[in-house]
Amino acid sequence: MENNNKKAWLYLLPAMLFLGVFMVYPLVDVFIYSFEEGYNSASQTFFGTGTYNYSYVLRDPYFLQALKNTFILVIITVPLSTLIALGISLGLSSVKAVRNLFQTIYFLPYVTNTLAVGLVFMILFEKTPYTDGFANLVLNIFGAGPIDFIDGPYAAKMFVLCFYTIWVVMPFKILILTSALASVNPDYYNAAQVDGTSKFRIFTKITLPMISPMVFYLVITGFIGAFKAYSDAVALFGTELNAAGMNTIVGYVYDMLYGNSGGYPSYASAAAIILFVIVLTVTNINLLISKKYVHYK
Amino acid sequence: MKVVLQDLTKKFRARGKKDGSEVIAVNSFSFEIPDGKLVGLLGPSGCGKSTTLNLISGLLKPTSGKIFFGDDDVTELEPEKRGVGLVFQNYALYPHLTVFQNIIFPLQNLKGAQKLTKDEMREKAYKIASLVQIDELMDRKPSELSGGQQQRVAIARALVKMPKVLLLDEPLSNLDARLRLHTREEIKRIQKETGITTVFVTHDQEEAMSISDMIVVMKDGVIQQIGAPQQVYERPVNLFVAKFLGTPPINVFKGEIRDGGLYIGAQRVLEAESSFSGACFVGVRPEGFVPCDGGKLECDLSRVEIMGRDVSVVCANPSCTSPVIRAVISSDTSINACSEKVRFDLKPQKVHIFDSKNEIRIDADLK
Repeated sequence: MENNNKKAWLYLLPAMLFLGVFMVYPLVDVFIYSFEEGYNSASQTFFGTGTYNYSYVLRDPYFLQALKNTFILVIITVPLSTLIALGISLGLSSVKAVRNLFQTIYFLPYVTNTLAVGLVFMILFEKTPYTDGFANLVLNIFGAGPIDFIDGPYAAKMFVLCFYTIWVVMPFKILILTSALASVNPDYYNAAQVDGTSKFRIFTKITLPMISPMVFYLVITGFIGAFKAYSDAVALFGTELNAAGMNTIVGYVYDMLYGNSGGYPSYASAAAIILFVIVLTVTNINLLISKKYVHYK
Repeated sequence: MKVVLQDLTKKFRARGKKDGSEVIAVNSFSFEIPDGKLVGLLGPSGCGKSTTLNLISGLLKPTSGKIFFGDDDVTELEPEKRGVGLVFQNYALYPHLTVFQNIIFPLQNLKGAQKLTKDEMREKAYKIASLVQIDELMDRKPSELSGGQQQRVAIARALVKMPKVLLLDEPLSNLDARLRLHTREEIKRIQKETGITTVFVTHDQEEAMSISDMIVVMKDGVIQQIGAPQQVYERPVNLFVAKFLGTPPINVFKGEIRDGGLYIGAQRVLEAESSFSGACFVGVRPEGFVPCDGGKLECDLSRVEIMGRDVSVVCANPSCTSPVIRAVISSDTSINACSEKVRFDLKPQKVHIFDSKNEIRIDADLK
């Protein structure tokens, strides 16, 4: 028994070493940095310890802007993308003829590079001296004036960012939801049909509870993913996100480390820890809510 | 409510074949289920019995033919308008709802004048729950119930709206042997108490024989025989029905009728008066063998299995179509297990003769 124990630890060692070096150590380090004031990574020195980094970050208008952007992004894209994906999945599972074709089309964004998609979106939305962009052409038909989506008013830029994010996260959600819908035993629907259940009631009382674990999984990972948004904003608005007013929390962390105004690992660490606390809180709230609405078999 | 199936046919397009070929699951089915009876649809898997059930429920639409409930033609009616209760093989209880919520689910669907108040629903649910004896379990989830309890909940859910016809698809196949015995008596009792015309599907002939008022034996979508269980057992119309009913199964020999006698091999086993003469199949039920020293049928004894109430004699005969013959004799009959040969006389009423060409029953006066 004693011997077996040693052996087990030996087998676990590589994984533990890896996790320790690349996961646990950086996490602890970030936590420590966030309390060290004016830490300099070149000289490995700092002035003192305290909560100054946090109070600086929380007062930094760039961080507050990033926080606002991220929250708007999360609140709009997570519910919307999940709802639209659910609608499309329901549609997909009720058509039979061209289902595979549609499934392929809906899945394409998933295998397309983020930056390439960003480029396409820029072409769709950007207003240049030569063209107003495709989106404005459409708006023109309805008599609305040209709007600069990439370099114009905040609401327009936010709209593009949300549109883009929803478009990018959709394929995975559709994939998960179509398979969840397909895994519901058709006998439940037959039983409901024999009992004269209306379509709407079948959906709310049978389908939705049956796929609720998957919906919940998508909501949680959706929240976490949206809170960590960064590359989407870069793809659309370039790397000068602070100037564009479209920065996200992760973007702020990156800028504090490497950006033009960078070289402040302490501030970056504090911002990262704040993001961690936010995600932890939101996920826990999600878990609490889910206890009531999610049905595991 | 009597149920009449008239020339019912259901064809499915063959899967994976582009030439449009069809599989006939149910082939011009006609029979009448009398009001308030329990009818068993019996047949090997793939014989179309579940398809027939789904046609009655309305989940499938027939390719041709008609279905009547009483005098009403319901062929084109949607399932929810037919007033049937359906119990699925896997019960299909909604796992996220409690037993009570499951039972009142069909009642909550009622609209307009039929709409019930909460109290009425509760009253109906508890009434039906006490009929199937699950009123103690109303607050549990299906996952917290045993298989037999789930089965009762499924029946309660099917019965709560007082259907005209109750349909059960393989109702006992998910239960263990002991529970199966108990549950089939429960089904019979519930059916008797409610008086609802009930159709159930099974591949287990013992199950069908034990509780049905009437059984319908099917093969490849075609009705083979309809009748009271004992009648079908005692007078099978063809070799398939004879083989399908009875455990242990009937023993089939190649035989011949000639000179007013029935021959198995060279042995004249019974006197037979029949207009038929020539080659035939001779089916002998396991209980039709009487061991005696001067018996007319000689077999090679393999072994004797003692199973308490009766004794199973396993032997062989070159004329038998299967390598072993199983004869069941009562345990007070002594048989020498050490001898190599055993001789039997046959009970004439347990012997059935079928034409060897079309396997149809031949009526013969056997002695």
